[in-house]
Amino acid sequence: MIQGLKTSFNSLKKDKIPFCAFLILFTLYFLIIFADFFAIYPPTYANRSLAYQPPSNVYILDKNNKLQKPYTYNYTKTFNRETLSIEYKQKRDKKYNIKFFADGYEYRFLGLFKTKKHLIAKPDNCNLFLLGTDINGHDVYSRLFFGGQISLTIGFLALLISFPIGALYGGISGYLGGRVDKILMRIAEAIMSIPSFYLLIILSSILPSNMTSKERFALITAILAFIGWAGFSRVIRGMVLSIKNADYIKSIETIGAGKSRIILKHILPQTSSYIIIAITLSVPSYILAESGLSFLGLGIQLPDASWGNMLREAQEFANIIYRPWLLTPGFLIFIAVLSFNVLGDKIRDMLDPKTVK
Amino acid sequence: MNTWVYIFKRIIGSIPILFIVSLISFFLIRLSPIDPLAQLKLNPAISEETIKKETERLGLNKPVIIQYTIWLKNFLSGNMGYCVDNTRVSTKIKHRILNTLLLSVCVIFFSWIIAIPLGILGAVYYNSLFDKILTVLSSMGMAIPSFFFAILMLLFAQKTGWFPLGGLTSVDFFEMGLLDKIIDISKHLVLPVFVLTTISLSSLTRQMRANLLDVLNSEYVKFAYAKGLVKTKVILKHAVRNALNPIITLLGFEFAGLLSGAALTEYVFQYPGLGKLILEAVMQSDINLVMASLMLGSFMLIVGNILADILLKLTDKRVKI
Repeated sequence: MIQGLKTSFNSLKKDKIPFCAFLILFTLYFLIIFADFFAIYPPTYANRSLAYQPPSNVYILDKNNKLQKPYTYNYTKTFNRETLSIEYKQKRDKKYNIKFFADGYEYRFLGLFKTKKHLIAKPDNCNLFLLGTDINGHDVYSRLFFGGQISLTIGFLALLISFPIGALYGGISGYLGGRVDKILMRIAEAIMSIPSFYLLIILSSILPSNMTSKERFALITAILAFIGWAGFSRVIRGMVLSIKNADYIKSIETIGAGKSRIILKHILPQTSSYIIIAITLSVPSYILAESGLSFLGLGIQLPDASWGNMLREAQEFANIIYRPWLLTPGFLIFIAVLSFNVLGDKIRDMLDPKTVK
Repeated sequence: MNTWVYIFKRIIGSIPILFIVSLISFFLIRLSPIDPLAQLKLNPAISEETIKKETERLGLNKPVIIQYTIWLKNFLSGNMGYCVDNTRVSTKIKHRILNTLLLSVCVIFFSWIIAIPLGILGAVYYNSLFDKILTVLSSMGMAIPSFFFAILMLLFAQKTGWFPLGGLTSVDFFEMGLLDKIIDISKHLVLPVFVLTTISLSSLTRQMRANLLDVLNSEYVKFAYAKGLVKTKVILKHAVRNALNPIITLLGFEFAGLLSGAALTEYVFQYPGLGKLILEAVMQSDINLVMASLMLGSFMLIVGNILADILLKLTDKRVKI
């Protein structure tokens, strides 16, 4: 097993582009695992009086173009009576040196022990927002990490639910055949013939609004899982139909093995390489579905962050034009999905014997 | 089998599926905690009596199964009922469906016209610089979230001023002549079509390229070369025709993907299509409207699949249906 992983990792290393994708994903997951360490503000931080502050510019050169420790300035907020808008202006009278590996808010490191150390800590009295703030005065930079924790894991969790269900459903339907097969497949077809995003919207609208964020996360995962299993079960059923006529299945039947044992222990393992390929190729679509749902306000909701619901602000046209920093989560979704696609293709090439070498 | 008999059989076969769809979706929507009359109840100017009347008109006081049978009976007789705001569902939905169909047909047309030549070139010049660039671009096209792409396009439209910002028609649409009307609509269509085409184009190009690569490795292509046929003739006349077949099967799936993908794009562009309608309806728990748009969406999907199968039959004589 370990040897196998090693050889496949080596073959991955040879191909530059998939290897880059692998490194990007590794970095992204590393960042979200240690989100609290990289974040500057706690996940619940919100300061309404600093809404829509532009990103704090960080400088490393002083007036005489000499290299300095990174520093930044504060903004002052003024109300412009003519345009009736709030304007932020940089206040150049006091420099704030940015602190590294310094104390910030307290958190539990990986849930193990309490610490205050952060990669970047904000200087006292300085409103350091590296990527600006949103309408509630959330720090966009810190929330990118916490949002990633949800956006990058929810797809995997949904897959872990939907694929076993789909495999079992397809296995039972294919192996038993006859009337059971007909009824089971009609139901799967019915679910497949509802445009999936419509079904997603309807399911999410059922969720009551007074749930805790953990419950909501679990239910959104379940909903995402509910969409994918039907199409998958049909493919598995097709494979099972051809496997079940194999001689070894016949011989197991003669020995007298039970139906559930045959399906679980002898038929479904035969489909495993297809299942692995299908899983890696469908992670991106789950990530995209979650972000779309949260973008519409039906998925993960405030005060929790996800990349999709952070983009919700981009629904307002003024925000896209005057506050482009709010669009950053979109680029992260793009990069994550792109890396998953590239890596998924590579894994398929490695596992699929049909691929031309 | 005769094609007409086949179509007839498929349509009959889709009826139980549509029935299950309606059953699943009706009970799902009724589980929703949103009160369709919440807005009326909050309005102090509306009396208790009106609310009672509305409850009865919408059938909200009856058990869910009875509500479903009433809905089913009405739906089968062609009456899709009324929306919460008392307009007929059928009038509201008619334009939306046409708009969504217009959008989808444009997207399918453009993505096919562009994707197939690109896929062919990618396969023929396998591993060349062009092929590599194509692979990178198509993976990027598949990775970008449709709504985010739409937002970026809106930003582009605003900065350049070349295209209108969303919607399908301008404010003074009804005073225009026919030619102006067509120009106006096409101007509004450019961005949504561009966004959706880019996304479906990417996967289609990859499929076409992969299929053609498979075919180019087959024996009969080698044989055609050995006979001394010209390269272009081998590729266009023999290889491409066979590589096209699996793509045609994809057409049905693509249509399904479009209906889903279009919902978010329609939402961002404020395009008056079915996806945006169903979103609004779900937010208000407007059961008649949701049911009607769901049923029609599913129906369109099934029809798309049937069409794809028939098309496959027409292009490939070996396929028995």
